[in-house]
Amino acid sequence: MPTVAMQVFRGDGGGGEFKSYRVDFDEGMVVLDVIHRLQATQARDLACRWNCKAGKCGSCSAEINGKPRLMCMTRMNLFTPGETISVAPIRTFPLIRDLVTDVSYNYEKAKQIPPLRLKPPETDGTYRMMQEDIDRIQEFHKCIECFLCQDVCHVIRDHEELKKSFAGPRFFIKLAGLDMHPLDTRDRSEFVKGQAGVGLCNITKCCTEVCPEHIHITDNGIIPLKERMADGFDPIVWLLRKFRGQRKA
Amino acid sequence: MASGDYETHEHDVIVIGAGGAGLRAAIEAAAQGVSVGLVCKSLLGKAHTVMAEGGIAAALGNVWPEDNWQVHFRDTMRGGKMVNNWRMAQLHAQEAPERVLELERWGALFDRTKDGRILQRDFGGHRYARLAHVGDRTGLEMIRTLQYHGIHQGIDVYMECKIERLLRDGDRVVGGFGYWRNTGKFVLFKAKAVVLATGGVGKAWKVTSNSWEYTGDGQSLALWAGADLIDMEFVQFHPTGMVWPPSVRGILVTEGVRGDGGTLRNKSGARFMFNYIPEFFKGETADNEAEADRWYEDKKNNRRTPDLLPRDEVARAINTEVKAGRGSPHGGAFLDICTRRPADYIRKRLPSMYHQFKELADVDITKEPMEVGPTCHYIMGGVRVDADTTAATVKGLFAAGEVAGGMHGSNRLGGNSLSDLLVFGRRAGLYAALYAKDFGGQHTVDSGQVESIARTMLEPFSRSGGENPYAIQADLQDIMQELVGIIRTEAELKEAAKKIEALKQRAAKARAEGGRAYNPSWHTALDLSSLLTVAECCTLAAIERTESRGGHTREDHPYTDDTWGKINVVIRQKQGALQLAREPLPEMPAELRTLFQERT
Ligand SMILES: Cc1cc2nc3c(=O)[nH]c(=O)nc-3n(C[C@H](O)[C@H](O)[C@H](O)COP(=O)(O)OP(=O)(O)OC[C@H]3O[C@@H](n4cnc5c(N)ncnc54)[C@H](O)[C@@H]3O)c2cc1C
Ligand code: SF4
Ligand code: SF4
Ligand code: FES
Repeated sequence: MPTVAMQVFRGDGGGGEFKSYRVDFDEGMVVLDVIHRLQATQARDLACRWNCKAGKCGSCSAEINGKPRLMCMTRMNLFTPGETISVAPIRTFPLIRDLVTDVSYNYEKAKQIPPLRLKPPETDGTYRMMQEDIDRIQEFHKCIECFLCQDVCHVIRDHEELKKSFAGPRFFIKLAGLDMHPLDTRDRSEFVKGQAGVGLCNITKCCTEVCPEHIHITDNGIIPLKERMADGFDPIVWLLRKFRGQRKA
Repeated sequence: MASGDYETHEHDVIVIGAGGAGLRAAIEAAAQGVSVGLVCKSLLGKAHTVMAEGGIAAALGNVWPEDNWQVHFRDTMRGGKMVNNWRMAQLHAQEAPERVLELERWGALFDRTKDGRILQRDFGGHRYARLAHVGDRTGLEMIRTLQYHGIHQGIDVYMECKIERLLRDGDRVVGGFGYWRNTGKFVLFKAKAVVLATGGVGKAWKVTSNSWEYTGDGQSLALWAGADLIDMEFVQFHPTGMVWPPSVRGILVTEGVRGDGGTLRNKSGARFMFNYIPEFFKGETADNEAEADRWYEDKKNNRRTPDLLPRDEVARAINTEVKAGRGSPHGGAFLDICTRRPADYIRKRLPSMYHQFKELADVDITKEPMEVGPTCHYIMGGVRVDADTTAATVKGLFAAGEVAGGMHGSNRLGGNSLSDLLVFGRRAGLYAALYAKDFGGQHTVDSGQVESIARTMLEPFSRSGGENPYAIQADLQDIMQELVGIIRTEAELKEAAKKIEALKQRAAKARAEGGRAYNPSWHTALDLSSLLTVAECCTLAAIERTESRGGHTREDHPYTDDTWGKINVVIRQKQGALQLAREPLPEMPAELRTLFQERT
C-alpha cells in the first residue's frame, strides 16, 4: 500500500503547529479519507468537521497546501507522488481545535439579513414563476455554506475592524438572490449599503475562484448588487429589474 | 477533567435535531407562541436533509392532473407492502402538497413547468410524476429555506451540541442532558416537551449513504426513556450507491437518474429489471422495453418501467445479478443514462451527479455508464408514535422524520421522506407546543440522575489501555454488513446478535485520548452506546419476523406471510433488558380499503 507524507495542523486557540504523519492510502481516496485514517490509527483526537463526503454539505473546508478547498472533494491523485500534503484549518476564523474553526461570524451575518417579504398571490391563490426568471437565483441557491469565499475575502481576513460592517460574498449572493426573487417585495438597499457593506468589496474575485459550487459570485451576484446601489433606489427601475432584470444574461 | 459542572437552559419545547423535521417542528412550535430551543450535533444547515437529491413527493397534480392524495396514499401503502400505519400515510398524502407550497412561500425555488408552476419528476413506486425538485439538490433547497425562515422566528439554536440522555420526572420526559462538542462541557435542557428529530441509524453498516451523525441517537434516547420502537427490522438498502473507487463506496446516486430515463444493465448490456417483476406489481409494470420507454412520455397508455420498481425490489435484483456473476467489474450493475438522454439534458437535470462522478470517480456520466450497487440508506422503523400528534408512548416525548416509525411500512418510496419531514415535523411542533401549554405543575430534574449520566460520560477518559473506539465502530459495521444485510437468515442474524453482545463488552472499555474540547475519539466512544443499541434492535427484530417483506428479506422465509401483514414487531426496554412483542397493526377503515380494489 502506498503511503503519503502529511503535515497536519494541530492546536487550538492558544497556539499550535504542523505535525508530520505518514499515512497509508488506497486508490481513489480524497484528503478527508486520509484524515479519517489518521484519526482511526494515529491521532485519535484529531478534530475535523464533515458530513456528506460528497461536496454537498460544506462542512469539511480546510486549506490544503495553502489552498482553500473541501477535503472531501480533493482527490489524492491531484498531487504529485512523493509530495508532502499540508492540511490546515481555514485561516480567517478563530481556531477551535486542529481543523475546526469558529464560523459563528457567518451565522450572525445570516441572521441580520432582512427575510423575504411575500407579494400577494395570483387571483387563483397560487404563485407562478417562470424558469428563466429564476435560473440566476437558483445558481445562488447552490451555495453549500462552506464559507471558503468568506475565508479568502481580504476584507474579512485582514480587517478585523471592518468585519462588523461587512457581510461577505456568501451573503452578497444571498442578498442578490432575494433582490431578484420574483415573489419578494422588500427593499434592502439601506441594508446592502450599510450593514452589509457591499461598497467595501473591490471585486478582486478571490471568492469566485474558490467557490466549490462554481457560483459566479462576483459577476452574477456582487456586481449587479453594486450597480443597483449606484443607480440609487428608484422604485420603478427596481420593479422592472425584479421582473425582467435577472433575465439579462 | 473530572468536572461534572453543567449549564442549564429552559424552554417550553426542546427540538433535538435540525434537519427538515426538526426545523419544521421548531418553526411550528414557535408559531404557537411557546419558547423553543433547537439542538443539533452539527452546524445548522448540515443535517442529512441537505444531502437529499431527488425531490419531495406531493400530489400537486401539476404535471399529471389525474394525481391526488388517494393515489399517493395508495402508492405509499403498496410500496410499504401494506404494513404502514395507514393514518400516517393518509395524513402525509393529504398534507404534503400544502407543505410544499408553504416552502415556496418561504422562498424555495423549485424547477418550473412551462406555465410557471412547480415541476414534478418521476420516481420509483409513484404512479405519476410527483416529486417537486430542484435539479438533484432538493434537500439543499429545503433545508436552506427552513433555516433562513427559522432564524427569524425567535428560536434559540444550540449548534454542535449533542444530547446524550433524556431526563424523566416520574412518568414524563422533561428535558435532555448532553455536551457541547467545541468545549466538551456539559449542558442541561429543561423542557415541558421534547421533540426527537434526530434522523437514522445507517452508520451501523459499512456501505452506507449516511454520515457520522446517523448513530441511532434518537431511537436509543427514546428506548432508554421507556418509549416503544416499532419495525426496526425494516432497513432500506438503496439500489444505487457508488461502488468505485473504494473510498466513495456507498455514496448515493439519486433515483432521479432512473426517473429521468436512466436504465440498469448487467455486464452483457441486458436491461435485467424485466426479469425481476414481482407478482404484486405485475399489473402496473411494463414487461417489454418499448412500453417501458414510452411510459416516460405517456403514462395513460403504458405501464411503468421496472427500473422504477420500489427500492427493495431493485436492490435485491442488483444483488442477485452480481451474485450470479453478471455484475460490473467492481461488483455492481451499470446505470446507463448516457445512451438514453442528451448530454445537455443530463447536466441540467443531474448536475451534482455529473459533478460527483467526474470529481470522485473520473467518470463522465454523459459518455459512460455509472457503476452502482446497494447502499444502506434509510430506516423505516423507529419511535412508535400517534399518527395525528406524533406523541411517543412516553408522556412529553414526540418524534418526527426518519427517527419515527410507521409511516413507510416495510419500504419507503423515494421522495416520501422529505414530505414526511414537513408534514410530521409541523405536527410534532404543533402538538408539542399544545402539550407544553397544557402542562400543569412543576417539572423537576433530579440532580442525582444528571450527575450519574455525567460521570458515565467521562469514563472513556479514565480507562487505561482501553479499546480504540474507531476500531469497535468498524467491527460493528463489518458485522452488520455481513450478517444483517439485504438478504438475511436466522443463523446469521443470531451470530450477529452474539457478536454485538461481545462488542458491547468492548465498548465498555472504549478509551478517549486527549482532552474534552472537540475530541472525536471521545464523541465516537460515546456514540457507540446508541449505535450498538440500534444495531441490536434491528437484529433482534429481524430474527423475530419470520417472513420476507420490503426492506426485510429472509432467505429462510422467502415469502410474504399474511399473518405477519397485520403485525408490528415492537421493542421496549424493561429493567435494562430489551423485550420484543408482536402487536396488531392499526386497522384501515373500509372506505380507504376500497382504494386497493381498483385496477393495479
Ligand atoms: C444522500 C441522500 C439522499 C436522499 N435523497 C432523498 C430524496 O431525494 N427524497 C427524500 O424524500 N429523501 C431523501 N433522502 C432521505 C432523507 O434525506 C432523510 O431521510 C431525511 O433528510 C431525514 O431528515 P430528518 O429531519 O429526520 O433528520 P436529519 O436531516 O438527518 O437531521 C437530524 C438532525 O438531528 C441531529 N441529531 C442527531 N442526533 C442528535 C443528538 N444526539 N443530539 C443532538 N442533535 C442530534 C443532527 O445533528 C441533525 O441536525 C436522502 C438521504 C440521503 C442520505
Ligand atoms: S470580490 Fe469582493 S467579496 Fe469577493 S473576495 Fe474580493 S473583495 Fe471579497
Ligand atoms: S458561495 Fe460558494 S464558496 Fe461561498 S459559501 Fe457558498 S458554496 Fe462556499
Ligand atoms: S463533507 Fe460535506 S462537503 Fe465535504
